Amino acid sequence: MSATTSQALGQEQAPTGFTARQYAVCFGGIVWREALRFAHQRERFISALVRPLVWLFIFAAGFRQALGISIIPPYETYVLYEVYITPGLMAMIQLFNGMQSSLSMVYDREMGNMRTMLMSPLPRWFILVSKLAAGAAVSVAQVYAYLVIAYFWEIEPPTWWGYLTVLPALMLVGLMLGALGMLLSSAIKQLENFAGVMNFVIFPMFFASSALYPLWRVRESSPFLYRVCEANPFTHAVELIRFSFYGKFDPLSFAVVLGCTVVFLGAAIIAYDPARGLLAMRG
Amino acid sequence: MTGDVETAPLALEITGLSHSYGARKALDDVGLTVAPGQFVVLLGLNGAGKSTLFSLVTRLFAARHGRIAIFGRDLAKAPGEALRRIGVVFQARTLDLDLTVLQNMIYHAALHGIGPAEARRRADTALRRVGLGERAKDKARVLSGGQMRRVEIARALLHGPRLLLLDEPTVGLDVAARAEIVAQVRRLVAEEKIGVLWTTHLMDEIEPTDQVVVLHKGSALVSGAAADIIAQYGAKDMAGAFSALTNARANGAAA
Repeated sequence: MSATTSQALGQEQAPTGFTARQYAVCFGGIVWREALRFAHQRERFISALVRPLVWLFIFAAGFRQALGISIIPPYETYVLYEVYITPGLMAMIQLFNGMQSSLSMVYDREMGNMRTMLMSPLPRWFILVSKLAAGAAVSVAQVYAYLVIAYFWEIEPPTWWGYLTVLPALMLVGLMLGALGMLLSSAIKQLENFAGVMNFVIFPMFFASSALYPLWRVRESSPFLYRVCEANPFTHAVELIRFSFYGKFDPLSFAVVLGCTVVFLGAAIIAYDPARGLLAMRG
Repeated sequence: MTGDVETAPLALEITGLSHSYGARKALDDVGLTVAPGQFVVLLGLNGAGKSTLFSLVTRLFAARHGRIAIFGRDLAKAPGEALRRIGVVFQARTLDLDLTVLQNMIYHAALHGIGPAEARRRADTALRRVGLGERAKDKARVLSGGQMRRVEIARALLHGPRLLLLDEPTVGLDVAARAEIVAQVRRLVAEEKIGVLWTTHLMDEIEPTDQVVVLHKGSALVSGAAADIIAQYGAKDMAGAFSALTNARANGAAA
């Protein structure tokens, strides 16, 4: 091999592999686009905020007298019903956001934006994880916007630290619910099918959890439903947020949420894998 | 490996490509090549398998059988190295309409690991090249269909690929916009020696010197220079040759 050919070959092969900086640029670009899109969709932001506020101002006010709450961890005193359901509503914001961003993936796939993203030469798992992290970051921003309004309703953590200690929990829950949404989006080919999934996923997950009522009350009326609620990952998401908002750590919830995140994410990556995934079977 | 050194690698080399969705066979043993500086037309009716082939080359999903290589890089074995050498214009509009033209460009560059400062510089050049240098700050939504396509071509070239894939790029455009897009891409081939794979069902986009691959019901029926194919079937034009080809196929299958 002459020096010139090897040089020419070397030039042709010049860029090989990707540097850490290129990964960072790609990650930053995906988060930046998600933030821009979110900024442009004001209706989405407002509806994401109005939904939990309706629950807080109307539902909680109505149920305040109907439901007695005993002192259960992490609370050390009797708490108002509004205070009790706030972690549930925080998780609800993230549940809707996770499903909505997966809705946007189905939409993107139909419209072709998703194909642009999947054309990235960087590893596909990295692209999917970046997309997920971007969605989770948006959901965390929505939760804090809700907390600002809730603050004026005198719903606040026992110390200001609560706003900080809840952050990792929100990020993890955002990832878990986003990964679940991503997994579902890979299985949905058309946009119309999504409404069904919303009904079969969002509502059962939300109502069969500890978001609106403590589980000991559920057990009183139905031991079976109690088991269902206990097995529901959303219950653990709510409890993880509830405890961390009060500066406490609930190892069981953390383990369940972390485990579910890994499982959902792994399954979503397989579903979007070019060789093994569902896309190849249906086109 | 040394064998590859002697001959310049093809921009795109597809060999023995087959794919099926469940029991339905969408592609059956298809082969085609695109050399640098070559304009290759993949001609076929809707449902011929063009979209499947496009999905496989862009790695939306992997081929069941066969090999796809881009400048000698196997798409299955080194997807990143292969994908970074392709520019793609999809049939569906893929610009984010809420973002500006420049923001769309920066996002695309980021997906290729190109930082924002470098992306701005490249976007400026790329947009000028398609005659849209002044529109960088406009929302993608306000562009006409032809302008969006041109932005998509500029975007596809942002990371400097030497192979451009276009999937029915002129569908839905008016005559003037169509002519403009075709001319623009042909200029890229002539002046910059970019290899182009152009899928279409519109015969009038084909010039006599173009390489044409006729895809019909998942099989590549014929490939060669357009003029040769027309002569071979004693037809007046490509449309005549195409119907002679597909009819022969239908009769052959019936017999």
